Amino acid sequence: MTTTHTLRPPKNKFYQLTREPALLIGVIAIFFLLGLFILYPLFTAIRMSLTPEGVLTGEVYRQLFSQSRYIKAIRNSILLGTIVATTATIIGFIFAYAITRARIGGRRFFQGMALLPIISPPFMFALSVILLFGRNGLITAKLLGMDMANIYGLKGLVIVQTIGMFPIAYMTLSGILQGIDPDLETSAMNLGAKRFRVFRTVTLPLAFPGIFASWLLVFVTSLTDFGNPIIIGGEFDVLSVQAYLEFTGMGNLPRGTALAILLLVPTVGVFFVQKHIMKNKSYITVTGKSSRRSSATTTPLLNLSLTIICGIIAGFVLLFYITIISGSFIKLWGVNWSFTLEHFAYSWDVGLRTMKNTLLLAIISTPITAFFGMAISYIVVRKDFPGKHLMEFLSLLSYAIPGTAVGISYILAFNKAPFELSGTAFILITCYVFRNVPIGVEGGIAALKQISDEIEESSINLGATSSVTFRKITLPLIRPAFFSGATFAFVRSMTAISAIIFLVSARWNHMTVLILAQTEIMRLGVASVMSFALIVIIMAFIFIIMKLTGLGREQIFGTTQ
Amino acid sequence: MDQNNNENYLLLKHLVKDFHDGRGNIVRAVDDIDLSINRGELVTLLGPSGCGKTTTLRMIAGFEVQTAGDIVLNGKKINNVPAFNRNMPMVFQSYALFPHLSIFENIAYGLKLRKMPKEAIRNDVAMAAQMVNLVGLEDRYPGELSGGQQQRVALARALVLKPDIILFDEPLSNLDAKLRIQTRTEIRRVQQLLGITALYVTHDQSEALSISDTIVIMNNGKIVQTGSPEDIYNHPASPFVSDFIGNANFFDGKVSGSDEQFLKVSMLGSEVHIPQRVITDDFQVGEEVSLAIKPEAVVVAPGEGSFQGKIEVSSFIGATTEYKVEYADGFLTAIHPNTHGEVQNYRFGQEVSFSFKSEFFRVYHK
Repeated sequence: MTTTHTLRPPKNKFYQLTREPALLIGVIAIFFLLGLFILYPLFTAIRMSLTPEGVLTGEVYRQLFSQSRYIKAIRNSILLGTIVATTATIIGFIFAYAITRARIGGRRFFQGMALLPIISPPFMFALSVILLFGRNGLITAKLLGMDMANIYGLKGLVIVQTIGMFPIAYMTLSGILQGIDPDLETSAMNLGAKRFRVFRTVTLPLAFPGIFASWLLVFVTSLTDFGNPIIIGGEFDVLSVQAYLEFTGMGNLPRGTALAILLLVPTVGVFFVQKHIMKNKSYITVTGKSSRRSSATTTPLLNLSLTIICGIIAGFVLLFYITIISGSFIKLWGVNWSFTLEHFAYSWDVGLRTMKNTLLLAIISTPITAFFGMAISYIVVRKDFPGKHLMEFLSLLSYAIPGTAVGISYILAFNKAPFELSGTAFILITCYVFRNVPIGVEGGIAALKQISDEIEESSINLGATSSVTFRKITLPLIRPAFFSGATFAFVRSMTAISAIIFLVSARWNHMTVLILAQTEIMRLGVASVMSFALIVIIMAFIFIIMKLTGLGREQIFGTTQ
Repeated sequence: MDQNNNENYLLLKHLVKDFHDGRGNIVRAVDDIDLSINRGELVTLLGPSGCGKTTTLRMIAGFEVQTAGDIVLNGKKINNVPAFNRNMPMVFQSYALFPHLSIFENIAYGLKLRKMPKEAIRNDVAMAAQMVNLVGLEDRYPGELSGGQQQRVALARALVLKPDIILFDEPLSNLDAKLRIQTRTEIRRVQQLLGITALYVTHDQSEALSISDTIVIMNNGKIVQTGSPEDIYNHPASPFVSDFIGNANFFDGKVSGSDEQFLKVSMLGSEVHIPQRVITDDFQVGEEVSLAIKPEAVVVAPGEGSFQGKIEVSSFIGATTEYKVEYADGFLTAIHPNTHGEVQNYRFGQEVSFSFKSEFFRVYHK
């Protein structure tokens, strides 16, 4: 490579835009959409919380920080986030270490168990925990004979969020651990370090940025989680639930909005920190070198311990799934254990229309999200125009906005002309698209950056025009990223709750909202059936995508081989 | 213009390329280059990194648009011909194989774009694969091949188009030393066999010397010397070329006299007599000059002599031994051939004398 590669051709940044009208239109359209559906609602919400009566005032926030109820919610949220981030990161690290570094058996199985929670409805684990450990729980009441066991509150939340969120840590950390050259560990041993010392002085420090990043990621995920706390939180108030209750329950819009914005501060902060930490590892190109697993650093004893720990966690995941499936067939959990299909019949009557609508909207929004994500990543990586970094930033920003804040800001921004969208399918589709597009953008950027300029140039050099090159070379190479983005978009649309609970209407309801309602009135059998059905549909979708595209689990979920 | 003219087949006329460095400055990467390439010739653009050689190649391929000047192929200006219509396949440094296509599909890529019938494509690909020794690997994918094999796929992908010109952009820099020598021999063989015109960019002087008909040495965007490998090696036109091609030793000197036979130059407190036949310029008595001499022309001997030094490094290479000698003003390099084991090897720290085969001196104005 010569230094000319770092130099840019002498052109005005606007030059490319004026030469390619399609690009100009594309750039304007993307900015308009990002502005309208990400910035504008956010701006509306902030205005609502600062000027509740049309005059600028900090009164709403002052109240939040002076009333013990809200202070407690803030403290609880932080406490829960801190505990779960720690436990989930530890488990995630163990999984990642066991799968990428140690030579344990059943890696594919453990990997699958670590992926299951990601494709599950948000409060599925809360539901199973109630079935297992609740007042009429199978384990607490039936096996242990406990009367009035109370799983609601902090301890229940820690269990369900840990199981639900350790996959986030696992996915982050397996990428990090894979990026650490095993030769470094081998070389430390060669210099005389014992195994644990190698781990402590080489592996751990190198993985530390990733550990920190994953801790932060889990922390904000716990902080913004809505589905679990509303079901199993009990007396343990957290911000997201408080915001929802204030906003819809009490109708105190400024206060509900302000609570949601409080959530926004840490998430956006973490977003910046995380981007900074992960900047250096993001685009590991596959070179074929040093991809071998280092087996030298683990002993049979360590492998056994890792297997046992991973086995216990995987057992929990499986147990929760089996519980939901069993709950679907049992007449009245904890009271009448007889087999029944009546929950299915009832769910069919009550939920069929909602299920159809949920699926319909997910299926509509999935390709839109995937194409939109690819378009943004392509433009950002391959074209030069003013505001390119701003576009990348804006398109990823919605990832950092808590669902509760999105829901509230959408309902505030789009309830009157010229954007009267509330109650429509359109507002739900937009919400899905803009909330899920960052995954597609990120995957697309990573994939495009791995395709060197030389590959595209060589196609042109062999006689292909730019459009033929795009079709025959670029598109096939970013195909896995496209379908990965599409799969995540679908899964997240099907399992959405924190944002869309503000946006659903009688005409356009969502399964998760329906399941929540069933759980609240303790129709746990019906809730189980509906959760089960959601999972089946999601898995069927993933299965179909994998069959149609020939892509493997690794490519779809971006996990290690 | 004669279509079959073998001379001036590819012409670069006053070619200029400016880049922005991103901080508001304009950098002239290629500075008013004139070059003529004959049909069937292998011409190397040689120079240190950043000298403009790759940019020149990319302008010829059509990846960069020149700021000024013309590119003329076979009498026709091709300034405005888009890259995909230039029919000058390029072998890239990274090989740039398409990772999602099999070896067969990679080689056939250009042929398919030319809408050739399937049968003909299969024949041509088979022939190209045979020519570069890839038979049996057609169904594999690039990721499954070794670096050397990938290199040959890149070559086959270019050859299969039966091009008039092939462009090479440092094609061997990702291979190990032995494979580099093997592959460059292979490239030269095929190029001569098919009579293809080739433009070859490299920063490795031994690569350039071994395969070229003509070497073009570039520095700071300009051509500093053009000539055959022998010519360039034996008659470097400037201190830069002396250094770049021969890793020459440099000395400061002063012309102390001149007669029919010798130019006398005082250096290192002594005087060297350089035969007038190797002097190309006029020098005045009393003029300060630079002298360059290749390591091969420095002779190290035991004991006392006109120049004294001490062995600092002695490296046995095999066919030769290379010495780094410390003397009063600095260090110099000397290379001795090892013939028939009758050579004397000097040890680290040994006091030696050294002298010069003075017909190998190059004298430059200061």
